[in-house]
Amino acid sequence: MSDKRTTVDDIVGELRSGMTIGIGGWGSRRKPMAVIRALCRSDLTDLTIVAYGGPDVGLLCATGKVAKVVCGFVTLDSIALDPHWRAARQKGQVGVMEVDEGMFFQGLQAAAWRVPFLPTRAGLGSDVLSINPDLKLVRSPYGADSPYLSDPADADVDLVAMPALRLDAAIVHTNRADTAGNGQILGPDAFFDPLFLGAADRRFVTTERVVENGALTDEGPLSSIVIHRMMTDGVAQTPRGAHFTANPPDYGRDEAFQKEYAAAAGDADIWTAFAERYLNVTEAEYHTHVQERSAP
Amino acid sequence: MSDTHGSADIGVTRAESCVIACADAWRDAGEIMASPFGNIPALGARLAKSTFAPDLVLTDGEAALMIGAPPLTARPDELQREAVMPYRSVFDVVWSGRRHIMMMASQIDKDGNQNISAIGDHAHPKVQLVGVRGAPGNSVNHPTSYWVPDHNTRSFVEHVDVVSGVGYARAAAAGAGATRFHDIRRVVSNLGVFDFETPNRTMRLASFHPGVSVDDIVAATGFSLTIDANVSETRLPTPEELQLLRDVLDPKSLRDRDVKS
Repeated sequence: MSDKRTTVDDIVGELRSGMTIGIGGWGSRRKPMAVIRALCRSDLTDLTIVAYGGPDVGLLCATGKVAKVVCGFVTLDSIALDPHWRAARQKGQVGVMEVDEGMFFQGLQAAAWRVPFLPTRAGLGSDVLSINPDLKLVRSPYGADSPYLSDPADADVDLVAMPALRLDAAIVHTNRADTAGNGQILGPDAFFDPLFLGAADRRFVTTERVVENGALTDEGPLSSIVIHRMMTDGVAQTPRGAHFTANPPDYGRDEAFQKEYAAAAGDADIWTAFAERYLNVTEAEYHTHVQERSAP
Repeated sequence: MSDTHGSADIGVTRAESCVIACADAWRDAGEIMASPFGNIPALGARLAKSTFAPDLVLTDGEAALMIGAPPLTARPDELQREAVMPYRSVFDVVWSGRRHIMMMASQIDKDGNQNISAIGDHAHPKVQLVGVRGAPGNSVNHPTSYWVPDHNTRSFVEHVDVVSGVGYARAAAAGAGATRFHDIRRVVSNLGVFDFETPNRTMRLASFHPGVSVDDIVAATGFSLTIDANVSETRLPTPEELQLLRDVLDPKSLRDRDVKS
């Protein structure tokens, strides 16, 4: 069996400017932040980021990596709005394909199932259709005379055809993974991480700890191993790699750090100091600086 | 302001009237998921589940369904859970229709359109808000209500800037796919309760909270409301409801942070 172990830097080394990249997690929860930090210090640019957006989106916008974001929202959960995202949008620095968060789910699902679209009611009547003028409707081919029509109200009905959100690459962060590329989520919610991997050409898992193939069942129940090795190309161990987002049961959100991150928006000097200390540094130095920060 | 007549003797606060108005949104809802956003709607849902809507299903705010209606400040380790409900499963519930959400609205208009996406032109927003979230899908799949804690002419507007949650006229124009399960039930604000029980499905004043006058509401609304001659005050909580709210669900009075008396 192939050994899929790699490093965060090698993952970023496989990415190219202009790529469409899916990021797992949700809001400020279990985001692959070690990779986000590596992206911030890379020379990549012009990325399209596809995410249930949190500080991943804010940081990449603040460091000028992003051309466009595909999302239904960007939030820090305990702080409703990410001020870095807000600033990038209000200054017109990034484009957005804003869709309903269920449409987003269906876009990933369509890509993972290799169909061009999936139909949904979500979006009908809303400005999602006017702000994304390339989105199309699809008419149900089942009319009143069809033996397959179960609800008469649905005869010839128009629905939104949510297009497949195909990704050049996807990155998710898990609590554990094994050398073969299986991933384990010990927290309460896998979010849409398996779908991000399913929708992508290059599939990467970062994790708190890599164990031998077969040893994940020592870490948690079989039902928590929701990512299997057919879904992954590379696995990188990076402890506290989701910091400062929540990654239970390994650690919760670092609320104090998140506040500092949010406060760094809107003032060039404060942002420069934040970037010097936390972004223009190695991952090891980052964690040292975070520790120094919280020391009494 | 009008006098506070009926409410004065038991000292019902404005926040408490708002909680009652939210709770009543889930009356007779049956076995469905109540998804409240904000402290006041959350208290309303818990009050409803504790009293007249015991079959309601509430999440723990993370990825599970919780038993009972614990205090708002209960810690995660104090909650009892009955089933898992990760985000991916929430969409199964949304699209099954077994849900009544109460979302917030940065803007709401006469037709019941809601905006949480952006203020101004979406391509060049004056103010970027959180994003449309699930509002487009929620509003055409299951009953949807809104909570607006700060009722003024900037939140109650003639036309919202970006239609996130879909109102009646827009749903009708979009056709049967949108209208099949579309049902905007009510809007609760810090001033009153509003519904769409009018011939052309535009917003009507359903009740005004104790201590608020109809004139106050008209002055704070950026479009013309339908106001029936016999419009009445938002009902008062029963003594049992008030005791539950004050002593069990919200002893630290988080409700007063969201709505001042």
